[in-house]
Amino acid sequence: MGKTIAEKILSGKSGKDLEAGDITEAEVDYVMVNDVTGPAAFDEFERLCTPLLRDKVVLIPDHYVPNKDVASAKQAKKMRDFAMKHEVTNYFEVGSGGVCHQVMIEQGFAAPGRLIVGADSHTCSYGALGAFSTGIGSTEAATVFARGVLWLKVPDSMRLSVHGDLNPFVMGKDIILTIIGDIGVEGALYRSMEVAGETVSSLSLSDRITIANMGIEAGAKACITPPDKTVEDYLSGRVRGDYGHVLADDDASYVESREYDASEIVPVVAKPHLPSNVAPAGEVGVEIDQAYLGSCTNGRIEDLRAAARIIKGRKVLRGVRMIVVPATNNVLEQAIDEGLVKIFMDAGAFISGPTCGACLGGYMGVLAPGERCVSSTNRNFVGRMGDKDSEVYLANPAVVAASAVAGRIVDPSEVMG
Amino acid sequence: MTETTEGRIWRFGDNVDTDQIIPAEYLVTMDNSELARHAFAKVRPGMAEKMMQGDVVVAGRNFGCGSSREHAPRALLGAGVSCVVAESFARIFFRNAINIGLPVIEASVEAAEGETISVNLESGRIVVGSNGKQYQFKSYPAFITMLVKKGGLMPYTKEMLQCRK
Repeated sequence: MGKTIAEKILSGKSGKDLEAGDITEAEVDYVMVNDVTGPAAFDEFERLCTPLLRDKVVLIPDHYVPNKDVASAKQAKKMRDFAMKHEVTNYFEVGSGGVCHQVMIEQGFAAPGRLIVGADSHTCSYGALGAFSTGIGSTEAATVFARGVLWLKVPDSMRLSVHGDLNPFVMGKDIILTIIGDIGVEGALYRSMEVAGETVSSLSLSDRITIANMGIEAGAKACITPPDKTVEDYLSGRVRGDYGHVLADDDASYVESREYDASEIVPVVAKPHLPSNVAPAGEVGVEIDQAYLGSCTNGRIEDLRAAARIIKGRKVLRGVRMIVVPATNNVLEQAIDEGLVKIFMDAGAFISGPTCGACLGGYMGVLAPGERCVSSTNRNFVGRMGDKDSEVYLANPAVVAASAVAGRIVDPSEVMG
Repeated sequence: MTETTEGRIWRFGDNVDTDQIIPAEYLVTMDNSELARHAFAKVRPGMAEKMMQGDVVVAGRNFGCGSSREHAPRALLGAGVSCVVAESFARIFFRNAINIGLPVIEASVEAAEGETISVNLESGRIVVGSNGKQYQFKSYPAFITMLVKKGGLMPYTKEMLQCRK
């Protein structure tokens, strides 16, 4: 019997012939923690009796930095102190990093065939590069700091194939939201999703990252797109160390397979309060107070370009504020170089440096009671971006920009004509 | 972990996410008791003060979905929750709970808020209060049972590393 990508990577990292359902201890390539999940991991690690495996450890402050308040300043300091004490090279200070998952990808940690764990649920993003990557807790991160291995159950895999040409203004976000709308928020629970097909092969890496990033919103343990030349080209001159492509066998066994026709996918939004509550953007129409463009889901240069294309020469409607948060310093720099920052500022948008910020209701754009935000982020749970009586509508960057102009949620074609 | 746990039920539905269990603005401490003060602050204001040692959370499907924050099971531990019984769990929450020693049981039970429930982790039996309805749940795979018996991932890791203490 052939193997899925998940079975192959976890077998390789365990030195055993594994199949779905087996529990194993597997060798981890990298373990990442952020300023919110790191501090507990540092405390737990100090209770263990062994040196830090520092080459495997990546420390990225991003959730509440630049420091939001004294309490978050203490957490960020704790990470900095830990990095200095243990001489961790892979520590990305404010000004040299940004949102952790984009940093992990830009800095060449994520690559095909690797096993990467991170104390952040959106660690599944690196599946876009053909890695098996998954979110874990702080305590288990601490044990990986010490032993370099982690117990994992080899997940069942489900295959989601997308075929055909995409419609205008449709992005990776719409593909994954359409899938989550179809299978539900636990449709991939405990499973590895393999998202493939010629539509996915033709996507930019950025769009694939959006898809892999939101696998967790369907409950998935990992969400992988098969690595190919697009991934190779991106990694050239960037990747740390060697890597090899891991692809599924033709006769691999999937617990479920679904097919999607790309021509039927339109720009969509996920309405409150679940990512599965999906409707065509053009049918939503509700008025908005805020439009948020950023996050590990959609804060890359390609996302900013898609939004800038809509908003160029237009204005954010009076009474609406638009907040643009490039995912990393590199993205911000490139956005400046390409003139995108000027386009956003001319439209009346606010530009911030990189942070997770308001995506999780931290700061830099939290919502008041009754306020409504169209957001390029990943979760629309109750109170996710602020008050419990605020609302979040998830959408792709083009929809966010078009809605900022219209003052209500619209399909970008309405603004672009 | 004791074999039998008995407590009062807090009843929840499906898809209770980690932002509901502990909103992100309170993720600035790892002190379980401090986190517990804000448990369910947005969706069930006032609940945190009323929670008592031994209470059991009973929920529907996909409990703990969302973020990887270990603060969520820690807030429940800090609030005195002895056990979470749900039809299914989001996987990171499940791992975190097991790894820090909060029993999580996959079972579908009929139970109302405020009823008493007793959960026997050894025999896999659940008895719900007034009607005395009994349920049987499946035991964990062997590796997870071993982790639970050792008290979580830290004791296991110390053993593997042969830490003295």
